[in-house]
Amino acid sequence: MTEESRGQTAAHIRDVMTTDGAAVNEQIRNLNANRYESVAAFDDYETCRERAREIKERAIENLPTLIETVTEQVEANGGHVHVATDGAAANRYVQDVLDEQAGETVVKSKSMTTEEIGLREHLAEAGADVFETDLGEFVIQLAEESPSHIVGPSLHKSREEIATLFNEQFDPDSPLETPAELTAFAREYLGERMKEADLGITGANFVLAESGSVVLVTNEGNARKSAVVPDTHVAVAGIEKLIPSIEELHPFLELIARSATGQDIAQYVSLLTPPVESPTLDFDRPDQPIDATDDDREFHLVLLDNGRTAMREDPHLRETLYCIRCGACLNSCANFQQVGGHAFGGDTYTGGIGTGWVAGLDGPDATAAFNDLCTSCSRCVPNCPVKIDIPWINTVVRDRRNNGNTPDAVDHLIDPLVPDQESTGLDRQKRFFGNIDTVLRLGSALAPVSNWALSLPGVDRLLESTVGIDRRRSLPQLATETFRSWWADHHEDPDSADTTVHLFVDLYTNYLYPERGKAAVRLLRELDLSVEVTPVLPSGRAPLSQGMITTATEQANEVAEALESPIAADEPVLVIEPSDLALFRSEYSKLLPTETAAKIDAGTAGILEYVSPLIKSHTEIESGASGEIVFHSNCQQRTAGFEEPTVEALEALGYDVRTTDVECCGMAGSFGYKSQYYELSMAVGDDLEPQVADTDVLASGTSCVAQIGSLTDGDEPPHPVELVERAWAEHRS
Amino acid sequence: MDAGAERTQFETAAADHDVTVTRTRAANFASTLEGVVEYPAVGVSLPIDGVSLADTAVETTLTPAKLDTARTGVTPVSFGIATLGTVFIESTTDGAEPVSLFPERHVAVLAASDVCPDLAAAVDRFGEELAAGPSSGIFATGPSATADMGGHVQGVHGPSDVHVIVVDDR
Repeated sequence: MTEESRGQTAAHIRDVMTTDGAAVNEQIRNLNANRYESVAAFDDYETCRERAREIKERAIENLPTLIETVTEQVEANGGHVHVATDGAAANRYVQDVLDEQAGETVVKSKSMTTEEIGLREHLAEAGADVFETDLGEFVIQLAEESPSHIVGPSLHKSREEIATLFNEQFDPDSPLETPAELTAFAREYLGERMKEADLGITGANFVLAESGSVVLVTNEGNARKSAVVPDTHVAVAGIEKLIPSIEELHPFLELIARSATGQDIAQYVSLLTPPVESPTLDFDRPDQPIDATDDDREFHLVLLDNGRTAMREDPHLRETLYCIRCGACLNSCANFQQVGGHAFGGDTYTGGIGTGWVAGLDGPDATAAFNDLCTSCSRCVPNCPVKIDIPWINTVVRDRRNNGNTPDAVDHLIDPLVPDQESTGLDRQKRFFGNIDTVLRLGSALAPVSNWALSLPGVDRLLESTVGIDRRRSLPQLATETFRSWWADHHEDPDSADTTVHLFVDLYTNYLYPERGKAAVRLLRELDLSVEVTPVLPSGRAPLSQGMITTATEQANEVAEALESPIAADEPVLVIEPSDLALFRSEYSKLLPTETAAKIDAGTAGILEYVSPLIKSHTEIESGASGEIVFHSNCQQRTAGFEEPTVEALEALGYDVRTTDVECCGMAGSFGYKSQYYELSMAVGDDLEPQVADTDVLASGTSCVAQIGSLTDGDEPPHPVELVERAWAEHRS
Repeated sequence: MDAGAERTQFETAAADHDVTVTRTRAANFASTLEGVVEYPAVGVSLPIDGVSLADTAVETTLTPAKLDTARTGVTPVSFGIATLGTVFIESTTDGAEPVSLFPERHVAVLAASDVCPDLAAAVDRFGEELAAGPSSGIFATGPSATADMGGHVQGVHGPSDVHVIVVDDR
């Protein structure tokens, strides 16, 4: 990405934050609060997720059979099935159905799949009057915009904007203003369209192959009317919506509304096995008694492939097909919360999972505008009802994009800094951050000269133009003495130690924050442990976040080699940097042989995860330290589930601990340093700022430390191990 | 959980979803119905012993015009779900689906013995229907609703108001 295109990206994000940001943020805040409350109150959440995941895995595995089964059954029920290879074929088929009816008016209920293929536009071009009946889709249709959210397509529009839109388009007798007035108007207007309709089009949330049933989950009731009022119903569904039978439906019904809106169940779950028994309604003959016996109901199920079969065969994109389109990954994404789908998404599919869909349907390059907005913070992972590894999909797509690039003429400028094995042509900003280990090593060798050099006038501008580090960011100071050089003078063992632990020396502890490493060593020794340290090891996190999977894999292999002997000796390896430990626990299973990854997972622990039980077991601690402390846990740490031991250790030492409640600080590794994302990063940070201002704060992740420093004008919070060590030493003395 | 407790749970859950629940006996059905119907009203026949729309002013000969102007629609529901306050509206040839959908008020008539403990049991129960042949219906929970107009509003394409009359049938 050139400096110019970084500027354009920044400008686009700034524009979308201005137009959409406030409405998106407010709506998503509500959706999240409701979801968290509803999921917490639902005891079977994890069981349902497990089961839903298994069902989807098996259904996609058996997809060709399910397509055969549903085809036979729908035809036996009296309906028709068309498997469309692409959008054009699906659109043509629906148009033929409409032409056969000699129909003009079409009502549609909400369907992202029909958005994907542009069915509405296609039918309109062919002369039909097509009306979206979901109010969110109706707004989008009137405004001629694309959806900003999978579940709430018009989420980016405020009530005022919708009122203006309606008043301009329809010029009602008295201007519409309140949500109730707007809804009543839309109900009336669309109600008339429903009565005229010749054809009703719906999507499908699930298709039950064995019975040929279509399941529609809605709140407004428009899908009920669209499916049942006109005598012809066309349901358009991606082939991935098939599950075997009603036997498999239950966990999805428990999960879908909770994950989407925090409802325990949606207002309406239609279980239709068309052609349905209900009589059709002919409002052209208003006084003719309704009689189902002379009905001529027609049903067409259009199953859309449009690239899905290829996704099924792609080991990394395949799990995108498990998606039930609940939008929870969008809502739990800190970046999405600020911009919505007009910056973070393609024309139809938005947010983290949007990358999987868009890459699957249109190729990886089609995600270029938004794929990098996924920072792998991983907060979507525990929120996905079918347990899709959305950050991994984003990483793989980024890797594929990187490898498709052509070499950049300025690459040689930073070549000495970037000894990676990636293909040529990789974006040099990505290259710089992906090779941060070399940057830190070379910089550190020259510290304090390098710190001084970075503070020279014009250097900030140079860094911005070459590698895109925003000049408004202050760079972390390189330590004049690295952790490892301190260690060279301090490796002594207590006489009483009968257990040896190894401290994993990450890049940031070594080059930037050696104090946290020293505190860890002192604390472990105080706890009568013998301490060894590893070499300085890049974990692979930095290249992985840039989509440099080859380099990340090499680094993971080096870590595996370095940890082999302590793990074989059953000597725990303790990790200070949470983003590294989270990597060991999740992504290593994708980078390393399964057995190696499992050993590293089992043989490593967070520094506080390890010491917390030891501290708690010292029951003589009475009221040691005291006071309130705020702990901001790294996002990946919370996903991987090792936030709690830090809180417990601090509480055992007498602190009153509050944890922050944002998904991510906004820095997310290198993301917030990048000039094109600086403003978005700070907007995300603004949600955190009130929670960390004017109070004692601890932060475990390196990039969180830097971000909190920026948000609070320079005070960088210490790592929890530093406070625990101090409090423990005071307790002991 | 016994049937009585499930019925109580159903009533509580329905109230949480803004549904008004009235309990009655078959003998008092007509007067109970009178208390919750706004006229004009349309309805479809009720399969509970001793319960009928025949003695009421609810219109049972449906036309599109009557459906369009009715303020209340009265339908039977096959069963309720105790944990959710949901009712199951079967798609029938006499039009329970549109009658429950078009008018602004839906009055659902439920036999007290037809309450499923939870969603899993309800899905199983519909599964039994499906096993016997093509079958359709709706799990309906409270009034239709939207948040798409910048605030929560009840009554969009479906009813804004839902009543359930639970008829003690044993």
